Amino acid sequence: MGNKQTTFRDEQFEAYQDCTFFTRKEILRLHGRYRELAPHLVPLDYTNDPDIKLPLTLLINMPELKENPFRDRIVQTFSEDGQGNLSFNDFVDMFSALCESSSRELKTIYAFKIYDFNRDNFICKEDMEKTINKLTKGELTPEEVTLVCDKAIEEADLDGDSKLSFADFENMISKAPDFLSTFHVRI
Amino acid sequence: MAGNVGLSPHYLEAGLESPIDEEGVHDSFSQLIAEQSEDGPEFELQALARELDEEDRDYVNAYLTNPDQKPQGEVRQKPQGEVRRGRRDLDRDEEAEPLNQTAEKWSSATLRVLSSMPSRTIGRTRGAIISQYYNRTTELRMRRHSRPSIRDLHHSSRPSLRGYRVQSDSNETDGANEMKKQDNLVNNLQSLSVSDRDRMLRAMPLGVAAKSEIRRLVLCKEQISKAHGQIHCCSQLKFNVIIAARHAWYSWLSFLHSLQLWHVALKRVGGRFGTGVLSYFLFLKTLLFFNLFLFLVTGLFLVLPQAVHPPEPPPQGHLNFSGLELLTGRGYFSDSVMYYGYYSNYTLNGRSRMSGAPPNASADESASFESAPRGLSYNMPLAYFFTIGMAFFITCIILVYCMSKSFGQSFRVEKSHDMVAMKVFCSWDFKVIKKPSVALMSENISTQLKELLADVNRDHDNKTLGQKLCRLTVHCLAWSICIGSTMACALAVYYLADHMYNGRHLLAHINTMDPQLGGEASLLALPVGVSLINLLLPGLFNAAAWMEEYDSPSVRTYVAISRNLMLKMCLLGVLCYHWLGREAVESQALGQQCWESFVGQELYRFLLMDLVFTVLDTLFGEFLWRLFSEKVLKRSRRPVFDIARNVLELIYGQTLAWLGVLFSPLLPGVQIIKLLLLFYIKMGSVMLNCQAPRKPYRASQMTTIFITLLCFPAFLGASVCVTYTMWSISPSSSCGPFRGLKTMMQAGRLWVEQLERDTPSLAWLATAHAYLVENPLFLFVAAGIFLIVIYFHTQVVGGQRKIIDLLQEQIKNEGEDKKFLIMRLQSIHEKKRSPPRHSSSQDSAC
Repeated sequence: MGNKQTTFRDEQFEAYQDCTFFTRKEILRLHGRYRELAPHLVPLDYTNDPDIKLPLTLLINMPELKENPFRDRIVQTFSEDGQGNLSFNDFVDMFSALCESSSRELKTIYAFKIYDFNRDNFICKEDMEKTINKLTKGELTPEEVTLVCDKAIEEADLDGDSKLSFADFENMISKAPDFLSTFHVRI
Repeated sequence: MAGNVGLSPHYLEAGLESPIDEEGVHDSFSQLIAEQSEDGPEFELQALARELDEEDRDYVNAYLTNPDQKPQGEVRQKPQGEVRRGRRDLDRDEEAEPLNQTAEKWSSATLRVLSSMPSRTIGRTRGAIISQYYNRTTELRMRRHSRPSIRDLHHSSRPSLRGYRVQSDSNETDGANEMKKQDNLVNNLQSLSVSDRDRMLRAMPLGVAAKSEIRRLVLCKEQISKAHGQIHCCSQLKFNVIIAARHAWYSWLSFLHSLQLWHVALKRVGGRFGTGVLSYFLFLKTLLFFNLFLFLVTGLFLVLPQAVHPPEPPPQGHLNFSGLELLTGRGYFSDSVMYYGYYSNYTLNGRSRMSGAPPNASADESASFESAPRGLSYNMPLAYFFTIGMAFFITCIILVYCMSKSFGQSFRVEKSHDMVAMKVFCSWDFKVIKKPSVALMSENISTQLKELLADVNRDHDNKTLGQKLCRLTVHCLAWSICIGSTMACALAVYYLADHMYNGRHLLAHINTMDPQLGGEASLLALPVGVSLINLLLPGLFNAAAWMEEYDSPSVRTYVAISRNLMLKMCLLGVLCYHWLGREAVESQALGQQCWESFVGQELYRFLLMDLVFTVLDTLFGEFLWRLFSEKVLKRSRRPVFDIARNVLELIYGQTLAWLGVLFSPLLPGVQIIKLLLLFYIKMGSVMLNCQAPRKPYRASQMTTIFITLLCFPAFLGASVCVTYTMWSISPSSSCGPFRGLKTMMQAGRLWVEQLERDTPSLAWLATAHAYLVENPLFLFVAAGIFLIVIYFHTQVVGGQRKIIDLLQEQIKNEGEDKKFLIMRLQSIHEKKRSPPRHSSSQDSAC
């Protein structure tokens, strides 16, 4: 980004640096990536916070997300309207939560939201079936999927309502040391 | 979203007390859902409501088809005192019907109460998040002010208590309340320190827009309070300093970011092979930074001053350059800043170079120190001594820091890694973006899930005694093969080194002229032999492991690592003994010129040969093998990148580099070049030849193990060798900065003595030096204190682990309690609505 035109004001940079895990350069790179998706829509000049949102269909074609089975859910989770339209702020949010230095708690919260397909604040059996089908690309038979669901819920459910609340989920994630490094997308 | 759900009391009441018809309950429930996700899309709400409708219909049907389930429910409702008595039939019940089916029977009212439980609303709505963070900031503030010591145990360990205050807040969910909460949060944030505030802001699970709004309010408030309260210049100054420091910090971060090496390459590897293979390259990068640090330190303090003031040219003049020097490190290089022998033993100074002290100047050993002129001067021996010492010390600190950080990340709870739930939610590697790798990963995950299911269904069959014995014999055999071959190799290296040594001295005695080309090349025999062993023996170990058939892949990896480590440590041990025990001691007797330079050259050759053999291995083992298996065997499988072996090779190379810093200050530079080459070669080879690994790889745990190995045998061994050399081996008398001294340590003492003579006021320094550095007692005491500190820390960690266990037990108990209460709730609800239910369900059945 060798051009001289200012994309952000200094205050904006400071706000981004204070509120996300990114440095100035990374913010600029993110802006570049965001703009790349729709060059005719997204202006170079962001100093007056233009209200522009990119639709889900554009976003899930990013190479970082394209092959991810949860791409729709990731984008929807971070969009303010829940439909998958991302403003630049949402876009920054998404990669900030998924970046390397993001905290375990933040990652857990967003992972929970991603896996919660029907947004009822629980990971119920149905969510889990969807997750498994997406993970395995339909390699398992329906009976096997049901078995895996039952087993997983039995292990992780602490209060016996046969679905996972956030507390259950957090407790389970805390036992998986690799979660932090695998729930990470390089931008 | 759920923060404002169902907490308003009249809904609760309606749910509990108006069970007249199902429709009413449904209506209130869908209303609830509508409220719950106001900003959600419309169609999804409807779908949700429909689902819940269906769920309830199922409930009715289930109730109709087997109405005798109710007594089971009652069995569960027994209070805890009776539980033990009723345990047996309860168990039987649970066998008859899996636990998760019970929930489908729960009525919507129970579900509503459940969904409004405080622990389930954490992090869901904006209001809840804000008040949660308000609580946290308050806690943090209080802790900062009163007791800064107990910190981390507090919030993370009590997940179920965390939201209580949230609940009381979210009872009134109007906007004004939220504004109030936000105000409180802003006030709290304002009174925190800048770094704490940033940490809090970053950790909040809100959007950037919301966060920057909060941040703006905080800053506004800060400015207002600054303008209002007559701040005096002191705090003004403090404020400015803070701002300046922050700017400096951000520019430093940006600078660090611009140093971020190989971003694209690492992303490509991660995208194709996932976290496991990536960890190899990250490790390589870490090593590169260690060497860069060492190189900068030695280059700045040793090489540069010496290069600016070159000593008297050697009598024989410059040798002509042939290609072989690059491999042997002799000839042209031997009298250069590359090696110890070139460095002078006098004080360099700006104006004129002192005439070098004559060789074998043991009589006037302190002459060079005494005659140093005042002003800008640079005491080379002292610089050499302290630079190496400090470099090792700082490296040690950084290593220990890395290790502890890595430990903290990966060994929180080390048990229970084959849970199905964890496989489902934590096994997807979000980094992987290449299509074939994604397909492979999902295939792997389904295989693992199937295996786990099979494990669940299969009982653990006990092996017979005969099988166990057979197993044990095989293990013993494999281990004895490995140990035997390692010992044989170590012996072979020892005798080879001995032979080379004797041959060299024989040659030196017979003809004193310059060694010929053959003699030069024969110097390479030892490094080539050792590298060959390093290349071939791991293959043997793999064969032994194949024979053993380990069940779990992790045990297999650990066994492979320990065997390879054993081999490398044995070889390095033998070599160190040879260098420090024989070359160093006997060289004087045999009239060798400069044994330090010789050892430096040997290490250079080892490092180079290691690189050459790694390249050959990559070429033959990976590239040609891939071509062979594709073209001749017609198999589509490619070799898998062996992370453990490659990382161990890196550790071996790094140990050589650390060993050699004392004898060849530019060796870290060579190591840097080697690592850069390795990075590109391995990267190319991996991308071209390898396929993504099939086995799951616990990356964080492995990284911790590798950092530990780098610290414990590798760095510790190297520093012990270096310290031993400095402490008790007499340096050669005709070359190097320490010529004429009994040990390298003496340089420090001489300097202190001289200082004492020049300025008597600093006499305390001499006594301090005599007591602290020269006296072994002090070192023993220091080491003892260090060990005690480590011991206490392990004790503390052990205690914390116990606390974690207790807390987990508590979580489990609370879960049990919750289950019990939910059952109670359900039964009360059922009792209340059972009479009208019958009629309505019969209606719907008709």
